[in-house]
Amino acid sequence: MALNSKIPAGPLDSKWKNYKATCKLVNPANKRSLEVIVVGTGLAGASAAASLGEMGYKVKAFCFQDSPRRAHSIAAQGGINAAKNYQNDGDSTYRLFYDTIKGGDYRAREGNVHRLAEVSANIIDQCVAQGVPFAREYGGLLSNRSFGGTQVQRTFYAAGQTGQQLLIGAYQGLERQVAAGTVQMYSRHEMLEVVTIDGKARGIIARNLVTGELERHFGHAVLLCTGGYGNVFYLSTNAMGSNVTAAWKAHRKGAFFGNPCFTQIHPTCIPVTGDHQSKLTLMSESLRNDGRIWVPKAKGDNRKPTDIPEEERDYYLERRYPAFGNLVPRDVASRAAKERCDAGYGVGSSKMAVYLDFASAIERYGKVESNKQGKPNASKAEIIAMGKDVVKEKYGNLFDMYAKITGENPYEVPMRIYPAVHYTMGGLWVDYELMTTVPGLYALGEANFSDHGANRLGASALMQGLADGYFVIPYTIGNYLADDIRTKSIPTDHPAFVAAEKEVSERINRLMNIKGKQSVESFHKRLGKIMWDKCGMGRNEKGLKEAIEEIKALRKEFYADVRIPGEIIGFNPELDKAGRVADFLELGELMCIDALHRNESCGGHFREEYQEEDGEARRQDDKYMYVASWEFKGDSQYELHKESLDYEVVHPSTRSYK
Amino acid sequence: MQHYTMNLTLKVWRQKNSKSQGAFETFQVKDISSEMSFLEMIDVLNEQLVSEGKEPIAFDHDCREGICGMCSMYINGRAHGPWHETTTCQLHMREYKNGDTIVIEPWRASAFPVIKDLAVDRTAFDRIIAAGGYISVNTGNAVDANCLPVEKQQADDAFAAATCIGCGACVAACPNASAMLFVSAKVSHLALLPQGEPERKKRVVNMISQMDTEGFGSCTNIGACEAECPKGISLENIARLNREYIGSMLSGSATGV
Repeated sequence: MALNSKIPAGPLDSKWKNYKATCKLVNPANKRSLEVIVVGTGLAGASAAASLGEMGYKVKAFCFQDSPRRAHSIAAQGGINAAKNYQNDGDSTYRLFYDTIKGGDYRAREGNVHRLAEVSANIIDQCVAQGVPFAREYGGLLSNRSFGGTQVQRTFYAAGQTGQQLLIGAYQGLERQVAAGTVQMYSRHEMLEVVTIDGKARGIIARNLVTGELERHFGHAVLLCTGGYGNVFYLSTNAMGSNVTAAWKAHRKGAFFGNPCFTQIHPTCIPVTGDHQSKLTLMSESLRNDGRIWVPKAKGDNRKPTDIPEEERDYYLERRYPAFGNLVPRDVASRAAKERCDAGYGVGSSKMAVYLDFASAIERYGKVESNKQGKPNASKAEIIAMGKDVVKEKYGNLFDMYAKITGENPYEVPMRIYPAVHYTMGGLWVDYELMTTVPGLYALGEANFSDHGANRLGASALMQGLADGYFVIPYTIGNYLADDIRTKSIPTDHPAFVAAEKEVSERINRLMNIKGKQSVESFHKRLGKIMWDKCGMGRNEKGLKEAIEEIKALRKEFYADVRIPGEIIGFNPELDKAGRVADFLELGELMCIDALHRNESCGGHFREEYQEEDGEARRQDDKYMYVASWEFKGDSQYELHKESLDYEVVHPSTRSYK
Repeated sequence: MQHYTMNLTLKVWRQKNSKSQGAFETFQVKDISSEMSFLEMIDVLNEQLVSEGKEPIAFDHDCREGICGMCSMYINGRAHGPWHETTTCQLHMREYKNGDTIVIEPWRASAFPVIKDLAVDRTAFDRIIAAGGYISVNTGNAVDANCLPVEKQQADDAFAAATCIGCGACVAACPNASAMLFVSAKVSHLALLPQGEPERKKRVVNMISQMDTEGFGSCTNIGACEAECPKGISLENIARLNREYIGSMLSGSATGV
């Protein structure tokens, strides 16, 4: 099957305009009889469900949490990018497009990324109109800050809770449609199968997580807005419930999986403290605006950080990347931290951490503040106190969170940080219209692979989720549904629904009947360790080959010895988790297969065999300038389809932040 | 910071479903590290239960970084436990010492029926938001964001109210199981912004009416909600809610919704 990305013809900056001007429309009367299923209620799902409801479609929205407001978009901290150029610092749609393409190490589609940059400004307008309380300046206008991989200030934010505020905005829009009757909400429901009829997606099988009952739901189209799969690593910054199940079921039903190995390891997370660790907590990238990252110059230096004098500290990012300094992209910053720790310069009891230090920012802000307040002769202690207040206003909630978790005061001693799994650039392959290889089945937001290439820039996930939901799918779904206006709702006693439900029911019974000895959690932990050690920040051929065998063996053991207490009927979180881990055990293998086949380093994918002498990633554009799109052919069998990436405007070069 | 391990006695509320009678069950957990989060300690207990072939304790949790609002334990008589402005998931075991007994209950309110053990149904909050906790703006209707300046203090106050995570600790802490702090946070967030102005009067009336329909109690100005709120939502919001409500009722424009 040849992949058709359906990128519109014409110059880059008119592709989306032309598409919008020529795509098919559905008239209001017909919209009322067209049903759309939206799975997941994060930024992509909530914004899509609300927008489609407003347009008049009959929407059913599903989430596994107890309320749509809890989707993990809520945890995004730092901000959302938009090419508004409110700071008059030379920003433009093209620059945002270019930064994103370059940040993704030239492994994303030009057409998609340009569209993303184009609609970015509309997102901010929409959110402000909804009442999202972004940070403002004293003049009443919106404030901006910087994020990694850019040299302009284009990030809009609401303290360290930007994701929360944007999601609540979309959630309120969604609840408004629930009240209007255009959206029916199903919380505590998990999608466990896609139903296809005549090759088209026509519904889902969902499990009511409270009663344990299986339900059949019809839709003319199905939208998966189910987020990323970072939890395949067990430890990640994802929420405990974040999972790949919906996307994986779609994959097994014919949706190709794009670039599964492209994983983002975020450089600034609170380090692991022990085997009991259940998740990792991010410290927002926005902290790198003011925090300076360093390790001691001497190996194994056990002095307290505050006792180490300035000249004995190695600010390694500033040393290696003077142009971007502490604001290099995430993949670069993460690898640099790993390099220092592996070389024996790490800090803290585990020695797997580096410092993120605010002392100089506190002093700098304190001096500015003392001048503002007309106290040029303030003492050092007064200056530090004023500086701490400024830093508190900018990052207070993050500092509090750090203090609660570690028991240390980051205003006094530097934070200890280490990279952790945070985001997955890979996902279901979609065309320009966000449709997967299954007609009528769409993937939005982090669940698709489309816009971030091999590395995502900070503050771009929120942008993409909302772009897809508010501004892309409302157009592209019409182009598909316009041809479906004569299709009546298909009753769910159709054999395809019956068969799909039977499949799901058999899978659940199989899991419950294993009655082994080991907990679901223990399998998940073991899978995570394999993935982190062998398919994490550094990957090599030998390790990946071993990982594939180890995962296969672990999967076999899982199906022979997992123990799931409780019953199928009723509320049983262990059973929910077992289904998710079963899918991770398949996905993990595909990720390793993908990482093994890609004999190059690019973005977050670092193959140790492919690096320059100074440790920078070496791409192989002549061989791997393509999207690796995998088709499921049966257990452990995947066929590779390549979608070549043709750069018409940008000229891929070696990415340099020096 | 000095780390240590501890053995604890846990008295946990067990309830099969919303219709059955619940009771406390006592468990012992050993070698709990002071570096663990409270929920990681519960994870240890649950692994122990699974290995003994028993059903683990059902509880709600998701982000484990204090922002999703899903975790909801009533610990030794306090919503989210003893730490100020902290969710259950951010409470850490260095709070406890060897030999302590910890009593863990679900949120108790008739508007939040127990689903199982410590998990409760909070969909009443969603229905209150659906009754008016939004600004009616369809996608695509917005003007340029900077066309509408908002005074910084006003914006900051709106933000402070908007940080509510909808966890329900305010209801659990209140002897009347009132949802006033939750409702007031949303009403304040939107009433403080110029965007919220057109629907300001009918919003407050509709949300209060839905709150009553759901069976939440009345506010008698006790202030437990503010004291236990993990996000520090202020009682000032309830005062504002009352002003908004009275203003709306007196102006007579609340009807005709």
